[in-house]
Amino acid sequence: MEDKKRNEQYNSYVKAKIPKTKPWPSLFNSFLVGGIICLIGQGINDLLMLAFPAMSQQSAWAYTLIILIFIASFLTGIGVYDQIGKFAGGGSIVPITGFSNSIASPSIEFKSEGIIYGICVKMFTIAGPVIVFGTISSIVVGLIYWIISLF
Amino acid sequence: MEMFLDYLWVFLIGGTICAIGELLIITTNITSARILVTFVLVGVFLEAVGVYDYISDFAKAGVNVPIIGFGASLARGAIGAVKTHGLLGAFTGGLTATAGGIAAAVGFAFLFALIFKSHTKK
Repeated sequence: MEDKKRNEQYNSYVKAKIPKTKPWPSLFNSFLVGGIICLIGQGINDLLMLAFPAMSQQSAWAYTLIILIFIASFLTGIGVYDQIGKFAGGGSIVPITGFSNSIASPSIEFKSEGIIYGICVKMFTIAGPVIVFGTISSIVVGLIYWIISLF
Repeated sequence: MEMFLDYLWVFLIGGTICAIGELLIITTNITSARILVTFVLVGVFLEAVGVYDYISDFAKAGVNVPIIGFGASLARGAIGAVKTHGLLGAFTGGLTATAGGIAAAVGFAFLFALIFKSHTKK
């Protein structure tokens, strides 16, 4: 009983302390920034296809994503991506640049704890679950297709 | 004109997907790791049921740049590898297809972590 009351008090305290984001401006900002990041990706992809007509569509996309990841890691390094993130919220997390930022940001932040225990370990604090769930779900999909293909 | 329309679709669809992510953050206060996992799983599902290619045909970067595209390549890789290598493909396909993105993210993060110092958060 005592615990329950304390939990309720604590929850209301947490609720009061959580920074309030106004829904409409932040939704619009994410829409804007997310859309612009996708536009940049499309632009890079079109330029690649124009410059290397022999390239297959699939490898052009792979290069596009690698270039976007490079840009996002660099912007994270010079501290610009975090500023964009403050403004854009979900708009900077959902694109592949957010994945890149989630790897680059902790590895730069924990650099002072050393290369192995700082950079290499902390690198996967956010990206780890993404890679784990991604890998497992791809195995599941592959197994389902393998079983279907048996019949 | 056609190119302009293409880019408009890219902007609208990409922006909407990101706004859905922001909506999830506002309404449920979930962390960015969970957002990324959720969208990857959405991509895996869309590709596995065969809908993704139709969306990707007109949305292009609007759906390939968001992490949904990463999930879709995981599933596409696994399915493709099962077709050519059988059971082994279920284990090799997903990571093979996304190796470029993961390797680039890890490699560049390591490089820039060595070069840059952390910026104190205000």
